[in-house]
Amino acid sequence: MTMIETTMTETGPNASGYKDFSIGGFTFSRDEYFATITWPTGSHQMDIGQWLRCVQRDVAWGFFYGIVNFDAVIGTMNHYGNVDMFAGRFNEAYRRAEVDYNENFDHDELMSCFTAMLSDWTNEGYDPFAAPMETGSAYGPSRGENDMAVTRKRVVAQRMVGVPGDEPIRSDESGFPINRGFADVPQDEPVISAEPGYEDQVCSFNLFAYLSRSDVTWNPSVVSACKESLYCPTTEEFILPVIHGNDRVEWFVQLSDEIQWDVEDRDTGAKRARVVMRAGDVAAMPADIRHQGYAPKRSMLLVWENGSPRIPEMIANGEAPVHPVDF
Amino acid sequence: MQDQLGGQYSTAFGSLGQYEKGGVEVINDNPKHYAFSNMFEVATGAKPYEKVAVAKNLEYVLEVIRAEGTSGWRATPHDEFALVMDGSLEVELLDPDEQLVSDDASGSIGLEGTPAGKPMGRVQAGRGHMTLLPAGKAYRLHSDGVAVVLLQTIEGPDTVYRWADICQTV
Ligand SMILES: [Fe+2]
Repeated sequence: MTMIETTMTETGPNASGYKDFSIGGFTFSRDEYFATITWPTGSHQMDIGQWLRCVQRDVAWGFFYGIVNFDAVIGTMNHYGNVDMFAGRFNEAYRRAEVDYNENFDHDELMSCFTAMLSDWTNEGYDPFAAPMETGSAYGPSRGENDMAVTRKRVVAQRMVGVPGDEPIRSDESGFPINRGFADVPQDEPVISAEPGYEDQVCSFNLFAYLSRSDVTWNPSVVSACKESLYCPTTEEFILPVIHGNDRVEWFVQLSDEIQWDVEDRDTGAKRARVVMRAGDVAAMPADIRHQGYAPKRSMLLVWENGSPRIPEMIANGEAPVHPVDF
Repeated sequence: MQDQLGGQYSTAFGSLGQYEKGGVEVINDNPKHYAFSNMFEVATGAKPYEKVAVAKNLEYVLEVIRAEGTSGWRATPHDEFALVMDGSLEVELLDPDEQLVSDDASGSIGLEGTPAGKPMGRVQAGRGHMTLLPAGKAYRLHSDGVAVVLLQTIEGPDTVYRWADICQTV
């Protein structure tokens, strides 16, 4: 087995003013319109806006659960501590031609490469978390930066948003104005009357108002935790940048409006279903698919995850259920 | 802010009275693999305070509860979270004098009558409001009308499964 140096290197800037990055067998460069990725057996290009939106999600989610496909060729697969970066691994044609490529990295090493790339490649005025109508252009030669946007901290409530000492609710004052797509969402808070001494246990908050003030799209964040059961709601507008390949069953609860999902076979990309979800609908994504969502209007989606540390081992042993329930 | 035609965006939340269920359009799959249901439809067909599972991930479940009138008291060994999807809900919390449910149990248990303990307080919650039902405490729910609640919890003795009735099968 060839030993590959996995330390990240940066060179440049190139003619467009951007640095090139390399880690292991992968190199990444950007010009005015595209990200170009090379690996020992091939190369690939993606629209730079699309690339940045994908890398941003992968960084914010710590490589998330399972596979984060940036498109039908490139992506990452999380092994929780270490992570694969791949090209063509979940693409039947690449695999058949044996030009697919996979390399394993330490979590922190790939993360620092992606973080440095996001910082250098994101221009002033472009926010990879924002819906297209809410942000400037990703294109053109290097100009300025937007580190405030690309280093946002993902909300992770320990118990519940609004519980004293946990993640705070959002307000105009705390820098979270109501999003234009949710201007009609009521902002009333529950009426709480706690007996003395129970103020930290009699807790309630307006989740819909909280979500109406989210300044990011397609970025699940934890608002409540029942042991390892995590409510990860998110507000969605336009297209989920990544195609999420599940390693475990994942559930969606559509809280408002509508999202349509394209569901494909996880390994080949062959279409399996389209799932149309409207307010009040509940559906599972099986553990052997990949999915990408389309939201014509900003909507509220509750992603429900099981963050149990037992699951990676269950997956490795083939014990994790593929389908949500048998009936 | 306005949309491109100059009108305000209208956010669609469902309710018992008005919901439009989506569904699975199958290309090459079995719709049962998606366990597709709708909370308002489930609540329409449920008895008051039945705990109908609409989602399950190993031992964890999400239950739809049709809150109508006053529930019995329940004790929960772990935190649960009640999200109101429609209507209005009153949550009454009580700190029991003695332990009512073992710490390592799962799901809440129903209690006979009113347990001895100290009142902790109340929450009056409307649509979109999410309320903590704290571990080791007791609660009861009340709605003057009909409310639909989504409960984040763990499978318990009163969890009801009726997947074949609530999920899309073809
Ligand atoms: Fe997903």
